[in-house]
Amino acid sequence: MTLLNQKVCDIDAAIAEIPDGATIMVGGFGSPGTPFALLDALLASGQRNLTLIKNDANEPSIGIGKLIEAGRVKRLITSHLGLNRTAIEAMNAGEMEVTFHPQGLLAEKIRCAGVGHGGFLTDIGIGTEIAEGRREINIEGCTWAIEPALHADVALVHAERADRYGNLIYRATASNFNPLMAMAAERVIAQTYRIDEPGDLPIDTIHTPCAFISQVVQVDRASSQQGVRPHDL
Amino acid sequence: MISDQQRMLTRAAREVIDGQIVNLGIGLPTRLFHYLPDDMDVLVHSENGVLGCRPRHEGEAPDIDMIDSGGAYITTRAGASVFDSATSFAMIRRSRVDVTFMGAFEVDQEGNLANWKIPGKFSPGIGGAMELAQKVARLVVLCSHNDKHGNPKILTRCQLPLTASRCVSRIITEKAVMDVTPEGLEVVEIAEGLSVEALREVTDATLLINESRLGRF
Repeated sequence: MTLLNQKVCDIDAAIAEIPDGATIMVGGFGSPGTPFALLDALLASGQRNLTLIKNDANEPSIGIGKLIEAGRVKRLITSHLGLNRTAIEAMNAGEMEVTFHPQGLLAEKIRCAGVGHGGFLTDIGIGTEIAEGRREINIEGCTWAIEPALHADVALVHAERADRYGNLIYRATASNFNPLMAMAAERVIAQTYRIDEPGDLPIDTIHTPCAFISQVVQVDRASSQQGVRPHDL
Repeated sequence: MISDQQRMLTRAAREVIDGQIVNLGIGLPTRLFHYLPDDMDVLVHSENGVLGCRPRHEGEAPDIDMIDSGGAYITTRAGASVFDSATSFAMIRRSRVDVTFMGAFEVDQEGNLANWKIPGKFSPGIGGAMELAQKVARLVVLCSHNDKHGNPKILTRCQLPLTASRCVSRIITEKAVMDVTPEGLEVVEIAEGLSVEALREVTDATLLINESRLGRF
């Protein structure tokens, strides 16, 4: 683990340490919370055969959509690709293997890795297609499916604010999978718009304690503009 | 002249009771947002991690960190909260969401729902639909009565992969409001001007109809 006072680092240096073939969790639900600057750095850095874990595939030509279109993603573990037709095309063409989990189970599998448990028991999906291949267990007359924890080598997360020890604060619906992934990977790289001195963040507003965070990189707020979409009701 | 969809949404809004926590599925159900009165004491849950969303007023600037699960820029009302995805689904699995509205490819008289996959044609993943369908206390399906080729979507038995079994309480289409009962689908209301025979013709399920009690909408 990185020493507390050595976590703030250059974005390209942090990304360069990721090897080919790494399994990488990526925060975000749609655009909010997606670490766009870290993903752009990963694209520029050139790693291949990646396994990505993200709720969705962003949208064509933004976020992990860029990595998928560049042929860098061997496998995607996700819950929904509905907003990214190029990801669906890559899946249908066999260029990218896709594993789907119901969204709340995906979150919980990640949470389990983050809290040091091997998995959990659930009744979600029993008797449906997604239950195929799952082990089941009977406890006091109830049938439960076993869902193993989902681990990763690296997590890329986005926080609104941080301090240089790696304490993180998320904003609005940009929280989503970020606090779960921030606890679940071997190495966690957090991007943030602002890095404060320790003591500057009100201690009872910190969402992720610094113990889980390996590196903190400061990014420009403009790096998230690629995620602004013309969606509206 | 209001459209079929407007009529369905107006009818669906009457399902919501003051004080409830409500989830709106992607597609037509999301538009129900605009049919809930402003002064209604309801918190709308969105599974990306917000309880208490509301549509932005006209001219209100979007906040790029504030979306609903369909990706629309929204805002929040008094009493709202934001949280992570695990907490959001805890709320769903613990049945703390009172009612959810969802679309359907197929729904059958046993209350089975298929709305996530058409093998070989459409498989973008299940998202949060399975947990919502299985765990929310009351599931109201809001869908067209027939598909675009005119085939019935209200069936004796779903053919497509299920989202969840025996999960639907009520079905609202442009033609009827139907409740799932052990004996079949009980038609509680029928569209203004539609005959019972015409409804039976476009439905492939057992319909229980008591014409003396049948409402119109």
